[in-house]
Amino acid sequence: MIENGGLVMSGVFSPTRARIKERTLRTDKWWLQPAITFGVLFSFVIYATFRAFENKYYFSEPLISPFYSPCLSAACEPGTALSLFGQPFNNKYFGIGISPALFILIFPLGFRMTCYYYRKAYYRAFWMSPPACAVAEPHTKYTGETRAPLILQNSHRWFFYAGLVFNVILTWDTILAFRNGDKEWGHMSVGTLVFLFSTSMLWMYSLSCHTCRHTLGGRLKHFSKHPLRYKAWTIVSVLNHKHPTFAWISLFGVASADIYVRAVASGAIPNLYFF
Amino acid sequence: MARMINLRIWRGDSTDGALQDVQVEANEGEVVLDVIHRVQATQIGDLAVRWNCKAGKCGSCSMEINGKPRLACMTQVAAYGAEETITVTPLRAFPVIKDLVTDVSFNYRKAMEIPAYAHPTDLAPGEARMEQIDVERSQEFRKCIECFLCQDTCHVIRDHEEKKKSFAGPRFFIRIAELDMHPLDTLRNRKKTAQEEHGLGMCNITKCCTEVCPEHIRITDNAIIPMKERVVDIKYDPVRWLGAKIRKREGIL
Repeated sequence: MIENGGLVMSGVFSPTRARIKERTLRTDKWWLQPAITFGVLFSFVIYATFRAFENKYYFSEPLISPFYSPCLSAACEPGTALSLFGQPFNNKYFGIGISPALFILIFPLGFRMTCYYYRKAYYRAFWMSPPACAVAEPHTKYTGETRAPLILQNSHRWFFYAGLVFNVILTWDTILAFRNGDKEWGHMSVGTLVFLFSTSMLWMYSLSCHTCRHTLGGRLKHFSKHPLRYKAWTIVSVLNHKHPTFAWISLFGVASADIYVRAVASGAIPNLYFF
Repeated sequence: MARMINLRIWRGDSTDGALQDVQVEANEGEVVLDVIHRVQATQIGDLAVRWNCKAGKCGSCSMEINGKPRLACMTQVAAYGAEETITVTPLRAFPVIKDLVTDVSFNYRKAMEIPAYAHPTDLAPGEARMEQIDVERSQEFRKCIECFLCQDTCHVIRDHEEKKKSFAGPRFFIRIAELDMHPLDTLRNRKKTAQEEHGLGMCNITKCCTEVCPEHIRITDNAIIPMKERVVDIKYDPVRWLGAKIRKREGIL
């Protein structure tokens, strides 16, 4: 990196490279995709933060918001706790009331934050490293994922395992959504459909994950010695092509499930039952 | 049917240079390399351009067309609008030699740093046997034509000159992955050296290499991310590491 009259001559402006003053000569709308990604992800972060701290309107029998499930705090509304886990957390620590969502959101949040697809999305859209292909990034220093905090991206597999546990819990929540407000089985509402969509997309997102692909068979050197794992790897490889799609759809699915529960729990709309 | 097109070609060397506007005839079905050759034949006799097969298989005519790394022989003129100016520059990640020709020797130095395939010592020539399903993953990477478009678009190489010493780049990550996934390769420390010597951790998987690959090799999904996961196995996953040590599982180290 050479300083030349205040102008940093690095990267594409290095002295040996072709002398072109533009950061990029791309003529297409390269900025559109990172701009949309920024807008959507930022909106989701704002909404999720608001909901995590709101600490109400997250339960209306039989629907519990995925942002608050499993509800592990003593502050949880009656009927929300899963007997398997109980409610091990207090509603206050150091005199400060803590929303039940804050005890659990680190896991799904961590899974998405360390996801190989989302990394691409937010490195481009938020950090502009790079903003788009063949568009010079604004940073002069770069260490990639070799130092803290970004070296923690290597923890993705642990969040993947935690995410699977959450998927099982949310699947159970979806099964419970086949009950009515009096806990009687054999009913189905709009909420049931929203939960079915949300949970199935979460499973597709998890199963198409690169870590899932690696765990099932990617780490093998000899597929021929492990035919079942090879078959599983082949199936997940097909799903893996669609991982970005599942990442976005599942994000909207979770948000829509929470928005629906909030609307029902706050009394804005009734949970419409088909039968 | 022939038409006149506006072409803007970067001309110069490592000391100076500029974009030069020319008008040139383009015939139906022609690619950018064809019109560059016409400019060379009719207007700028000393225009330097590297090319060879004109079939997208030698990887020689890599350049940037309207700012995107591309093979000039595989880029149709018709893909651009009639009034659009087509801007052609050399690869901006490498030192320029003259006009559209760059010095890509960085890549050959990196190639030499990757340890070669290590054949099992207990197998004599002719005795090696491999199942097709064991080699097909690696075969995808053998499609590489070494055009170095992935190296050119990789922002670590392109935007951080000082990282070139410690970063091999996507072309060589697929080489490392190819060997690490090879059923008979016996070199045991490829994952460790990929991370510690070839700069795998520097890649932030923004997938530009995959986007520009003319052979459509899924560089990030099939080579870089699997290698990152293999590195996690040995460096950041104590459970896997311990299990591999105790049980001496295949392929882990």
